Amino acid sequence: MVEETAWWGGLLLPLVLVAFALAAASLDSVLASKAAGAPLDFARPLRATAGLLVQQRRGTLAADFTLWRAGGVVLLVAAVLASAATPLGDWVVGDLSVGVVWFNAMEVVAWAAVWLVGWGANSAFGLVAGYRFVAQGLAYELPHMFALITAALGAGSLRVGDIVAAQDEVWFVVWMPIAFVVYLVSVPAMAFSRPFDQATGADAAGGVLAELSGVDRLVFVAGRWLLLTSGAAMAVPLFLGGGNGPLLPGWLWSVIKTAAVLALLVWAGRRFPTIRVDRFQEIAWMVLIPTMLLQALFVSVVVVWR
Amino acid sequence: MWRDVLFWVCAVLAVATGVAVFRVDSMARATFALLASFIFAAGTVLLLDLPYLGVLVILMMIMEMVVMAVFMIMYMMNPAGLMPMTMVHNQKGSLAIAVGTFVLLASGVLLTPWPTSSAPRPEDPTMQLGEALMGSKMLVMIVLGLALFATMVCTVVLATHRGRYDRYGDRLERERPRDPIRGGLGR
Repeated sequence: MVEETAWWGGLLLPLVLVAFALAAASLDSVLASKAAGAPLDFARPLRATAGLLVQQRRGTLAADFTLWRAGGVVLLVAAVLASAATPLGDWVVGDLSVGVVWFNAMEVVAWAAVWLVGWGANSAFGLVAGYRFVAQGLAYELPHMFALITAALGAGSLRVGDIVAAQDEVWFVVWMPIAFVVYLVSVPAMAFSRPFDQATGADAAGGVLAELSGVDRLVFVAGRWLLLTSGAAMAVPLFLGGGNGPLLPGWLWSVIKTAAVLALLVWAGRRFPTIRVDRFQEIAWMVLIPTMLLQALFVSVVVVWR
Repeated sequence: MWRDVLFWVCAVLAVATGVAVFRVDSMARATFALLASFIFAAGTVLLLDLPYLGVLVILMMIMEMVVMAVFMIMYMMNPAGLMPMTMVHNQKGSLAIAVGTFVLLASGVLLTPWPTSSAPRPEDPTMQLGEALMGSKMLVMIVLGLALFATMVCTVVLATHRGRYDRYGDRLERERPRDPIRGGLGR
């Protein structure tokens, strides 16, 4: 059912992702201006982009420029590649037989990227924030990985196309709701976005963003939005039936569902304050992982008995 | 043709970044040069039509090397590379070990009579791997998993600064744990 696009599908993928990410950043800006009681500001991401493009790049004393810039570039590239196996309706850029593992591998690049950007600037705030994110890594990754595995388990395949096909009758969100909720919680965490933005937190003077300026900052921030978009887009084939839906064509259903998930994540990011790292660490290990294991057990039993 | 090109690109870059690990003068750069080397090595695994193993190597190596960076920088002298440092120690001994290992492995590759098979390639190598691990080797994997898990629990217990007796009292009598920082579950 899901078919690979021609080679130019790979060129379109970044454009589609950027459109989603820009819309998400715009919604974020609107919510922020609404909360502040200011006129609704749709265009702030575009103005910020233009500003960063013309801004002179600052350096710091004894910065490791190679690692600093490499961090931003790998984040951007990995955020786009993460969607390589995500179908839009019936089209997918690469119908990998291990698409779910590929998606997770590309998400984990963010660990390296955030640490590299924090380290490279030779600034205490950046370094602290980079280590903060690495220390949270497993608390974010393990519930996330179990949510991914549970969806793959339900379909008996790591191929994203097979997972969509397995939801022809009942969407996975119906019989694995805990996995879906945990997935939604862990996607912004893996993309260090609000309310899991301790790596760029104001309490550490912007964290890894503290010394980033100009194009470097644009690349890194864009990479973060794209990673959040990729995570939201993957929720659709994993839990929401992919392009399945009445009347409308498959690709439009994929777009609508992705937009809805992304909007929910952006809204939650503005609705809830940044969660403290030590608090979330405990919640992840004591609540999320055990409930995720029970959910996986339930799905396994259903799969075996069916 | 393009597979050959890709193989040589991955192979040369894996060796080059591997050499870089010992040539750079900063622990952070050494860590990430090693990560790059592992990822190029994973590229050659992907070329063998083993997508699961290849992608898994990429996933695990990124996680592992980022955690490793913390320890490499923690334990090494001059971690930031602000002063010249060298990654190479005991040069004669390590050279002998490295050359000896290389000769041993390379002669093993060349001298072993590798079996040839006319059997067709399996349709889905991931499935084959899963059946091999979960079928006849299931008992071994269960024991191995148990041993690994016990090791992890022991390491955490040994390393933890504050255990449950510090938090809940010597007889675990406290209703709520006494922690230096408030917050979390049930507090």
